[in-house]
Amino acid sequence: MNRFLRSLTATEQVAALFIIVFGILTIASVTAFLLSLRQRGAARDERWHAELKNFRRLLSTSWFMVVVFWIGWAAGPAVANILFALISFFALREFITLSPTRRGDHRSLVLAFFIVLPIQFWLVATRHFDLFTVFIPVYVFLAIPVVSAFSGDTQRFLERNAKLQWGIVVCVYGLSHVPALMLLEFRDYEGKGAFLVFFLVLVVQACMLLQHLLTRHLERKASIPAISSSFNWYSWLLGMVLGSFVGAVLSFITPFRTWQAVIMAFVACVAGSMGHLVMKALKRDRGVTAWGQRGISVTGANGLLDRVDALCFAAPIFFHSVRWYSGA
Amino acid sequence: MSSNNLRAKAMGWGLLALVRMLTGAQARWYGCPPKAEQRIYFANHQSHADLVMIWAALPEELRSITRPIAAKDYWTKSDFKRWITTAVFNAVYVERERKEGEDPLQPLIEALEHGDSLIIFPEGTRGHAEEPQPFKAGLYNLAQRFPHVVLVPAWIDNIQRVMPKGEVVPVPILCSVTFGEPVQLREGEDRKEFLERARQAVIALRDV
Repeated sequence: MNRFLRSLTATEQVAALFIIVFGILTIASVTAFLLSLRQRGAARDERWHAELKNFRRLLSTSWFMVVVFWIGWAAGPAVANILFALISFFALREFITLSPTRRGDHRSLVLAFFIVLPIQFWLVATRHFDLFTVFIPVYVFLAIPVVSAFSGDTQRFLERNAKLQWGIVVCVYGLSHVPALMLLEFRDYEGKGAFLVFFLVLVVQACMLLQHLLTRHLERKASIPAISSSFNWYSWLLGMVLGSFVGAVLSFITPFRTWQAVIMAFVACVAGSMGHLVMKALKRDRGVTAWGQRGISVTGANGLLDRVDALCFAAPIFFHSVRWYSGA
Repeated sequence: MSSNNLRAKAMGWGLLALVRMLTGAQARWYGCPPKAEQRIYFANHQSHADLVMIWAALPEELRSITRPIAAKDYWTKSDFKRWITTAVFNAVYVERERKEGEDPLQPLIEALEHGDSLIIFPEGTRGHAEEPQPFKAGLYNLAQRFPHVVLVPAWIDNIQRVMPKGEVVPVPILCSVTFGEPVQLREGEDRKEFLERARQAVIALRDV
């Protein structure tokens, strides 16, 4: 099996990977559907009902992500870039909606949405990786308060700018590292950037999912009750270990050795889960449980940030670890 | 389909795409379902984009039978403005300046007699305060004259953040239109009482 996979070209290998993942998802969805048929006969308890609903929601998120990545890979890096630029745009829109801005912030918002975001993704597309890593933290961070200062509104100046900068870092800077991973070039690893993205997403998603299931079944006391009613260090640690294990299993699709893949997976899992926690704290502060219009979705574009928040934090850290420590 | 008609359709789609991209244009139906009956939607007024917002939030089959109100002096100034209000929005023109011996409600009455639904902003002008300004009498007069038309209150949320006064470039921020339970003119209710009740119905939707 392994020899057969190695004999394929890079493109064929990626295609095979997608076929396997789509297959697993199809089996999971069909199972969930059959389960939902069965429960209609017997009167099951509420908990089981909620569990299945939750599971189906997780499944739909996974479908969404896999389809996005598949389109991104199949249509080439240019389309992948545009796709992630759009996701970043909608995520930032959700972020700003829930962080009330003042009139004086208008020009800074225009700058963020229509200048910073396109430039950042253009830098990815053209592989200007050195500028790409400093453009937002250096130049944009200084430009935003300058533009805000021009408006002459000093009320809560620092707070307003911090909010906007934070939104840009999470939604634009963080997410732009995902397509950037696809374009990273390793020796003997050309054209397989999609595998790296896959590795990152799969490891982070698996770790979040396992952590979620663990907290449900272990029922430990919440460690930080002010932020999350379920988060506890014990299941967090277990989640990290399991996430790293998934990384080890998947090491054959990466340019890393097994131990390197474990470390990379661990780094991505820690960054992702901590990011998720930070975003939870932000949501708590705003008094909501989900991003988007008070959690009520009509257009379907809502709650996007809930799905990608772990990735927003994991992607830049993963990218820089890969780049610096592997010399890509 | 004539080429003008086609152009209007394309413009409508373009506008819809733009509004959805920028605001999400979400409709939240609380007090009543979206239904093809004759209605007057009345909402708070905070931005130039309010009209487009409600128009975009309505489902397509209602959009075609619902006509917004446009100020005649402003929206007939250029050929393009005239075209977009008539061909795309199918707007009803009203005079802002009251002329001798003319009822400013006359175009609205004609549209309602014709069976169309309307979108109106009873505050008259755009407000900057947290709460909408007192409503003008037009809503009361129409309610009296057309008792069978359903009066639906609506709250437009967040749109003033998309394009504050004096700015030309809109920014993307999620907005919503919340539609509430229809209001009816009660037996013997006087004008002031009714208008305040209608205003409260709009304000109440802010926190739904």
